[in-house]
Amino acid sequence: MALGLAHRGFRGHITGIAVGGDTSDLPAGELERRLLELGFTEGAEVEILHEGLFGRDPIAVRVNDATVAIRRREAMAILVS
Amino acid sequence: MSVVAQSDPLHFALIGTPNSGKTALFNALTGSRQKVANYPGVTVERKSGMLHTPGGRSVNLIDLPGTYSLRARSPDEEVTRDFVLGRFKAEAAPDLLLCVADSTNLRLALRLVLELKRVGRPLLLVLNMIDIARRRGIDIDLDRLSAELGVPAITAAAVRRGGTDDLMRRLDELAATSETSSTPAQWQAPAAAELRAAQREADRIIAAAVKTPASPDTLTSRLDAVLLHPVAGLVILLAILFVMFQAVFTWAKPLMDLITAGFDALGAFSHTMLPDGLLQSFVENGVISGVGSVIVFLPQILILFLFILLLEDLGYMARAAFLMDRIMGGAGLHGRAFIPLLSSFACAIPGIMATRVIDNPRDRLTTILVAPLMTWSVRIPVYTLIISAFIPDRTIWGFASLQGVVMFGLYAAGIVSALGVSALAKFMFWRESPTPPFMLELPDYKLPRPRSVLMGVYTRARMFLHRAGTTIFSMMVLIWFLASFPRPPAGATGPAIDYSLAALIGHAMEPITSAIGFNWQINVALIPGMAAREVAVAALGTVYAIEGGKENAAQIGQALAQHWSLATALAVLAWYIFAPQCASTLAVIRRETGSWKWMAVTFGYMLALAYAAAFVTYHTAALLGG
Repeated sequence: MALGLAHRGFRGHITGIAVGGDTSDLPAGELERRLLELGFTEGAEVEILHEGLFGRDPIAVRVNDATVAIRRREAMAILVS
Repeated sequence: MSVVAQSDPLHFALIGTPNSGKTALFNALTGSRQKVANYPGVTVERKSGMLHTPGGRSVNLIDLPGTYSLRARSPDEEVTRDFVLGRFKAEAAPDLLLCVADSTNLRLALRLVLELKRVGRPLLLVLNMIDIARRRGIDIDLDRLSAELGVPAITAAAVRRGGTDDLMRRLDELAATSETSSTPAQWQAPAAAELRAAQREADRIIAAAVKTPASPDTLTSRLDAVLLHPVAGLVILLAILFVMFQAVFTWAKPLMDLITAGFDALGAFSHTMLPDGLLQSFVENGVISGVGSVIVFLPQILILFLFILLLEDLGYMARAAFLMDRIMGGAGLHGRAFIPLLSSFACAIPGIMATRVIDNPRDRLTTILVAPLMTWSVRIPVYTLIISAFIPDRTIWGFASLQGVVMFGLYAAGIVSALGVSALAKFMFWRESPTPPFMLELPDYKLPRPRSVLMGVYTRARMFLHRAGTTIFSMMVLIWFLASFPRPPAGATGPAIDYSLAALIGHAMEPITSAIGFNWQINVALIPGMAAREVAVAALGTVYAIEGGKENAAQIGQALAQHWSLATALAVLAWYIFAPQCASTLAVIRRETGSWKWMAVTFGYMLALAYAAAFVTYHTAALLGG
């Protein structure tokens, strides 16, 4: 499933980066590279630590040892299990 | 190594991911020997400083903007890339790259190191904040790490005394060899597959060389449980902002009184020392009261920057961006715009320059457009003056000063209108355009270091005084000239200013401004007030001082209370929520956007809003019997 759909407290690991047509306004390749540069790579452990007030967006995600803030829209490109 | 190297300083560059403690390390290595300038052709800040190694070598150290990759996505990151690759014509390619990494968070930094290896420049990995890593039980096998990476590594604790001694000694050794060990650059923007491979390699190296205890930083998670709480977090953010405003208004008061008294004494002294006439009037009313009425706001600006820098060093600013992202996003702004906009509170110029952290050009432009609306410090003079003249000094709700609350309200109005304007801009100019992503690392909380915070406050204070000393001073001389020439004819009965150029301009503007309740004295102050808002108060002082004699000069506020109706005072306050910003801000906007069009748009919309707001306020207040 997509990390963008997960709730606070979700723990899992990344199985892939798949940028769909409507995921972000960035070109698909660009979003993929930015996510990779922030450490969202296959196999990394993730946990959703916090959510924003409105629409539970953005989310603060623990990625291995770092914490990254990201909007749910872009997090749709991160596949987790 | 060679005689040339001894006399010519070497060029070393600090590069690293955001939050790696790079700037703290830069401060620790160079101390106060820093220089801030611009890179040729671009407006990215270029921070450099000299350091002297124990072996007696001089090294010119450059602090490059933080980046995750050389694959540049913003003007800041382009500077980093071009500098590292030696593409700047006017800049020597660095002799050594010091890649700074947060020892508690190595993952992304090691990937950057692997990318930097391809640049072919001598490279040293500096494991910063090693003290924190050790305290948390993170065990780094330095030799193993260095061998696996193929890059020499050394530990450092930038904020500890003696924490950079090992690094200094190592720099000495490297300085001797750095000239010979460059290899041709092979760097190319990495594709997704290369990024994956590099991160896998970095993860493998971390697994081999770093032992991390099972539990992460518990203090940060405990604090975040409250500070990033959807509701409590926002409430706390608002509370922090409210305390900031109250502090600026109340803590600075004694110091400001002292400065006012000092300049009054100086003015009186010059009055007795100089013979009556033009020179006396110039020194007393033009120079001393002009400069004094600006310097008096230094305490407030210092307190404001103290807060901003403390929050930044604490690691709270990124959290504020997280909390504000959705709210800002509703207005068409990026969560990251929160930081530049907050910096704009003090002065729009650093704020506009700080918009470089926003990599999307349209988001950046929107932020630049509204940044002047947030400007706070330059309005303090006008607001303070009028508030203290017309709003009673009372305590309400048992703890808050009424004047502080009014001040807060005025800024709230500024912020709300900034959001409104940006939503409108988004709608008008780029309805069809894509929304850029919000992605931001949230660093662990750290106790701010007094020394580095004070150094930051000092730099800002110097910038403010520099402006006060040049732009504002020359404006004051101009105002004094306009208010003093031509001299009144012999046998004139009215005050001298009634015969001056200033009165001529003020009267000429009266048909337009009477609709918003402004008299010609205000008009006189508006002219320089557009060049630099903080000048307006000094100008009012000059106008009323010259008109009413010295007795009134000491108490501009009292003079206003006598001459203005409450409706006029409120209209002036409303005008200054929106009034076009100072000339230097407009110049920076032109430079940052690269177009006169956006500068004109900014000026035009602010002028229109200011007039409309003053019009509505004046007539509402007059109707209610102000």
